[in-house]
Amino acid sequence: MPANEKIRFENVAKSFIVRDPKQKGATQQFTAVKDLSFTVKEGEFITLVGPSGCGKSTLLDLISGLTRPTSGRIYMDGREITGPGLDRGIVFQQYALFPWKTARGNIEFGLEAKGVPKHERKELAEHFLALVGLSAFANRYPHELSGGMKQRVAIARSLAFNPDVLLMDEPFAALDAQTRETLQSELLRIWQKTKKTIIFITHGIDEAVYLGERVVVLTPGPGTVKKIVDIPLKHRLDDADIRSHPEFVKARHEVWSLLHELEYQGAYI
Amino acid sequence: MENIKAVPATLQSRNIRIGWSINFRRLLKQSIVLVLLALLWEIAPSTGIVDPAFFPPFSDVIRALWDLILSGELFHHFAASMIRSLSGFSLALLIAIPLGLAIGWYPLARELLNPVLELFRNTAALALLPVFMLVLGIGETSKIAIVLFACTWPILLNTIAAVGNVDPLLIKSARSMNISSFKLFLKVILPASVPTIFTGIRMAGTGAILVLIAAEMVGAKEGLGYLITYSQYNFQIPEMFAGILTIALLGLLINQGLSVIERKFSRWKQQVNS
Repeated sequence: MPANEKIRFENVAKSFIVRDPKQKGATQQFTAVKDLSFTVKEGEFITLVGPSGCGKSTLLDLISGLTRPTSGRIYMDGREITGPGLDRGIVFQQYALFPWKTARGNIEFGLEAKGVPKHERKELAEHFLALVGLSAFANRYPHELSGGMKQRVAIARSLAFNPDVLLMDEPFAALDAQTRETLQSELLRIWQKTKKTIIFITHGIDEAVYLGERVVVLTPGPGTVKKIVDIPLKHRLDDADIRSHPEFVKARHEVWSLLHELEYQGAYI
Repeated sequence: MENIKAVPATLQSRNIRIGWSINFRRLLKQSIVLVLLALLWEIAPSTGIVDPAFFPPFSDVIRALWDLILSGELFHHFAASMIRSLSGFSLALLIAIPLGLAIGWYPLARELLNPVLELFRNTAALALLPVFMLVLGIGETSKIAIVLFACTWPILLNTIAAVGNVDPLLIKSARSMNISSFKLFLKVILPASVPTIFTGIRMAGTGAILVLIAAEMVGAKEGLGYLITYSQYNFQIPEMFAGILTIALLGLLINQGLSVIERKFSRWKQQVNS
């Protein structure tokens, strides 16, 4: 295992038994992902981009340990992933905050799961609320927060129990464009500050290129890695309009072409 | 209660006089129709629109009610009904909630038992009153038992449904934090189920009174249902109406009490009207 390797996929495949639409009562096998092999480096921000149906969410479930691969293995720090753990934190698109807990209560939930003593929980929760800029909203219930605020709380909750890897499943997809851009740069700032390994799933090409040091391009039917694109952008946060930077445009076009190659060949027309 | 909350706190504290006038107008709006109804009840018998012998004026009913209160008779019946309904209702809570949580937690149990439970739920409790009386006699046991029976189904079925309908994403989120099944149940399933369980509890509260009064009318020596039928047999019509009025108030009281508790438990829920 190379020194800076965090997560390794080795020929991972996952298939499900689904109902056969043609035959009543019959089932058939559906392969969501296959032949997945790639590695994620320690402290890296890697984005996974692909159209719907390319197994993005399956992939996340596999890393989080909520499901096991049908074949192949996934390693984290050289050990095979066999179940969920607090060394990985997930941020979901639909926030998944507990509605009966306040912003602070939600953050404390993960800390409680980790067994952090009560007095420390409160302190840590305050710290992470401050990190996402929501100190003033500690006692609000989720329904009293905007979508962007909810997602900040969800990010704070996942960061609070100090996982090595942050898994993000289209976390900004449900937000408006303005809020999304704000949260994207905020996430980059948090990443630089915390040095976490971040695996970020998205269907937005711009988002993938803006956030990722590397972009894993996935293709559907069944989902597999088409190519991993290096994004040579530096100083993303210093350049206010990095999206018009020639390097950004070039990288964006490369990812775009990879995703649309199949269309040119007529596979989807 | 809802309306009091709807008035912004600043208004209440900053200007008591404005608060007063708002409270007064609210009170007026809520009571005007009730007052008109009472007035109609008073006038209709006196003008001969309805027979005062069967439908005595409101003032007569209030006088009868007052006499019943003074003699302590009303309290005696009220207490008897209250003890029966509360015993049956509490027993139903103690049995149905844990049972519902258990059945809801195990999908197989849910699938196996649901048809039976639906059948029982849709069996009118009163239809079983003769059975209860045959088996348990006409004493307290049969009355508490039928209240227990009537209260159990809405609570049980709502609890089962509540556990089954917890947002899978919340479960997934909690599971990803590697918490034990027991903790998942205690920290996620249970709190998420509270609002739906409370719907069942309120349904049971209404049912408890309904069934008890009917049971008391059929065979009892005390209780509000007994007061009503007894008064009717002896042609004490104002007393009969006094009993009916008391039951209406009792029902209201129970429902209000339950909604106060419900609001306390589901503070986090989005209020549709706020």
